[in-house]
Amino acid sequence: MSDDGVVIEARDLTKVYRMGEVDVRALRGVSVSLRAGVFTVLLGASGSGKSTLLNILGGLDVPTSGTVRYRDIDLTDADEAQLTRYRREHVGFVFQFYNLIPSLTARENVQLVTDIARDPMEPAEALGLVGLGERLDHFPSQLSGGEQQRVAIARAIAKRPDVLLCDEPTGALDFRTGIVVLEVIERIHRELGTTTAVITHNAPIAAMADRVITLSDGSISEERVNASRVPASEVRW
Amino acid sequence: MSLVRAIHRKLLRDLWTLRGQVVTIALVVGCGIASYVALRSSFEALQRARDSYFERNRMGDVFAHAARVPSPVAARLASLPGVAIVYERLLEQATLPVDFLDEPGFAQVVSLPDTTDEAPLGAIFVTEGRMPDPNRDDEALLLAPWAATNHIAPGDTLPAIFDGTERTVRISGLAMSPEYVFAIPPGGLSVDPHYTVLWMRRHALGAAFELDGAFDDVVVRVQPGASVPEVIDALDRELAPYGGRGAVDRGHQPSTNVLDSGLGRLASISGFVPFLFLGVAAFLLNVVLARLVHLQRGQIAALKALGYSDLDVGRHYLELVAVVVVLGSLFGIVTGAWLGSMMARLYAQYFSFPSYGYALDPMLAARAVLVSLFAGVVGALATVRQVVRLPPAEAMQPPAPPRYARSFLTGSPLVHLFETSGRMVLRELERRPMRTLLSAFGIAMAIAIFVGGRASRDSFQVLLDEQFRRAMREDYAVSFIHPVPASAQSSLRDLPGVLSLETMRVVPVRFRAGTHVRNAALEGWPEHAELRQLLDQDGNAFVLPSDGLVLSRELASVLDLRIGNDVTIDVLEGERPTITVPVVGLVDDMLGLWGHMRLDALGRAVRDPDEISLALFTVDPDQAAAFRARLQDVPGVASVVRREAVIAGFEEQNAAAMVYTTLLLTIFATTIAFGVVYNNARIALSMRSRDLASLRVLGLTRGEISAVLLGELAVQQVIAIPIGIALGRWFAHLVFSLQDPERFRLPEYVSPTTEAFAIATVIVSGVVSALLVRRQLDRLDLVEVLKTRE
Repeated sequence: MSDDGVVIEARDLTKVYRMGEVDVRALRGVSVSLRAGVFTVLLGASGSGKSTLLNILGGLDVPTSGTVRYRDIDLTDADEAQLTRYRREHVGFVFQFYNLIPSLTARENVQLVTDIARDPMEPAEALGLVGLGERLDHFPSQLSGGEQQRVAIARAIAKRPDVLLCDEPTGALDFRTGIVVLEVIERIHRELGTTTAVITHNAPIAAMADRVITLSDGSISEERVNASRVPASEVRW
Repeated sequence: MSLVRAIHRKLLRDLWTLRGQVVTIALVVGCGIASYVALRSSFEALQRARDSYFERNRMGDVFAHAARVPSPVAARLASLPGVAIVYERLLEQATLPVDFLDEPGFAQVVSLPDTTDEAPLGAIFVTEGRMPDPNRDDEALLLAPWAATNHIAPGDTLPAIFDGTERTVRISGLAMSPEYVFAIPPGGLSVDPHYTVLWMRRHALGAAFELDGAFDDVVVRVQPGASVPEVIDALDRELAPYGGRGAVDRGHQPSTNVLDSGLGRLASISGFVPFLFLGVAAFLLNVVLARLVHLQRGQIAALKALGYSDLDVGRHYLELVAVVVVLGSLFGIVTGAWLGSMMARLYAQYFSFPSYGYALDPMLAARAVLVSLFAGVVGALATVRQVVRLPPAEAMQPPAPPRYARSFLTGSPLVHLFETSGRMVLRELERRPMRTLLSAFGIAMAIAIFVGGRASRDSFQVLLDEQFRRAMREDYAVSFIHPVPASAQSSLRDLPGVLSLETMRVVPVRFRAGTHVRNAALEGWPEHAELRQLLDQDGNAFVLPSDGLVLSRELASVLDLRIGNDVTIDVLEGERPTITVPVVGLVDDMLGLWGHMRLDALGRAVRDPDEISLALFTVDPDQAAAFRARLQDVPGVASVVRREAVIAGFEEQNAAAMVYTTLLLTIFATTIAFGVVYNNARIALSMRSRDLASLRVLGLTRGEISAVLLGELAVQQVIAIPIGIALGRWFAHLVFSLQDPERFRLPEYVSPTTEAFAIATVIVSGVVSALLVRRQLDRLDLVEVLKTRE
């Protein structure tokens, strides 16, 4: 680990997508660092570039220019094999639409990760951590949306990742269920000390973070540190 | 840690979800592998059986027949360059006036050594009873299959006429010989139920045929590495003074010729039929996998985001293909081995091999699996490449909605002829023209396999009709061992019941042109022939010019001759003149290799104008029995052939084979048609269930949405029919090209029945798969389908 506790460091990231005849600039020079054990919320409206940023930080995508480092590893020009190893060993993902494999049970969805990770938890332990110890052998279609998202969280943390990246984890959920999911993410962060980044368009969620980075139109418009964190159970929107 | 990795559980569950498609594709693979394994393994088993039979019984390499050769000449033959062993023997024709056949029987009578039971070449194999007693001259061995057909056992006796003298032959045992796998009468093309083989001690035959101190038949073993054609030339030179009929190599020995062309066809068919199936299977795997991957884009992305590499994910989908292919291969190998052993047994019986061992070569099975895996991977490759290339981040988004646009077809006023559902069908077809075409092509393959498979039977039927109903109009054809004077016609005409008589001359000759040499027969035709006609492949009567030689086009091409060229003919009987005549015409006849001349011209050419060797009769049916009875007293008869018996024999053989072939082809065609139509229907359903559910919500009936989906399938079928028929005719053409053109030149013909049957098979398979999918359409859960995100 670097001396200053920076786990992921991104400098001057730009990302340009070519859509037909026009270039879309999703990121316009974003610099951001995720520090060890810190809970960060990336806040932004739809189209602000926050998902693009998360994809690059998580090794799902590479920037058009700028640099990304994970500890001592340079991800900027990493090839597909290096990115795969990075995702496999260090990053846990939670997606808006859960992306569970419908043909696998909750336990087996988690096992997908534990099969290939170096020092994983038992799938049952990970599911216990998200409060699904009783629903190990249910298929996704037999679970509610909130339960499916918790399976996805269990799947993300079972490898004991260094970084947990959550893309709109409550985006497809109702308020009540969304709070339950946020509580789980908060508890994982507290109990495992995992560096956590949650992206959301939902401003009140920012209250539960240590740091809040606001993105608009591909640039960082504001960066602040919360003096005190509001527990997830008290977040309202 | 669980024993089964989660990704493998996903594989198993995906396979289970797709089970209908898995099974239908595996069956198509299975048919390909089964046909490959069955054809190839039975071919190999039969080839082994033939080779060991030939080796164990010391089958000769070269065979030569002559009129009468003094015994001392044998030593000279043995010293010819390239000759390893010479076995000289007697080989004669006899009449068997038996009462259990409609017509008199005929036999080739072959000598056995007096002092030993083992001939140095062409050894026989006694299946029952014992060798003839060397001290008796009335004992004989009889060809076993013929004995079985006619219920003759050792100890029985048969009447026989040897050189005009009637005697009684006692059957000491039954035997088989590699030289008589098929007992084909001289000049015949196939087995004749009236024709058999007897083996007797040499002294007995020498006395009966006045050939003591001489021989008339030679079997030669050629030294390893020596040139067979040179040995044949040398033998012909040596035997010419003794009435040599021209030596032939093993491949042209009549029985082996028929045997090898049968085996060769088996081998050639195994070289292309299985690959048609594997091609269809590859196509099906391609469409099914493409659809699966399309549906699982989100899952693929998630797997990659979780840290599975491109290779891991690509391999996951290839494993799915591998399971389908291996399932199909296993089914194919088991079925193929079973079919193959059955085929080998049937063929071995048909070939009268004394023994055969069927064993499935593990290498053959391994090759089958590898070939089908290759086909599967080729089918899957494009899709798996897509999987590998799918970037995990991009794949998190749902796929863009498919693009539709107004176009020539659907934008034209024509479109208003269709109702809304018809327009949807049109637009879908237009949007995916390649898929529609490929599907139609797959279905067409089913039609084509059926049509191609049955075509040779259809053509054979034409051959039968043309050759035995139109070209031959006689009731009986009587051939003579040696030519008889034309004056014998009057006594032949006096036989009871004879309505008309025509005579022909058939002369054994050797055609020579440049370096090309071919033994064949020269036929002399009477002017205004009524009972036999020379027909070309289109069924038109060919009129012979009054002079000059007309050749079978095939013979001309073998000899590299054109109209106007001269050809040298060595006559192999009588005075044995060598003559040179111009080729004045070519005829596209259907059977064998022939030279044709007018009878008078032939007589002048071979310098004995007044001889005949074939008599054709029409006979009053009421007096047929008397006619046949009296015929037995006519000396020098080599064979009597009743035309109706020949036709019945061919048709019986053809009909039995036809039932099996048709059944097998129907199964194959159904499997393919079902595989293609069912898989397409399932895919169309899964791709469009959301659209169709929306239509139901908007108020369309089940029938109306079924019309949208099934309409597409119907269009594929309609497109498939002409493609299938055209492809089938092309396959038929390939099958025809496998025939030995020197024996048969089947007219390329596919009967309307065959085509109708093929089309019906495909339509029925289509309707059944449509009904299966329709059941699922009826069960479409509107709410669930609309909720599903895609």
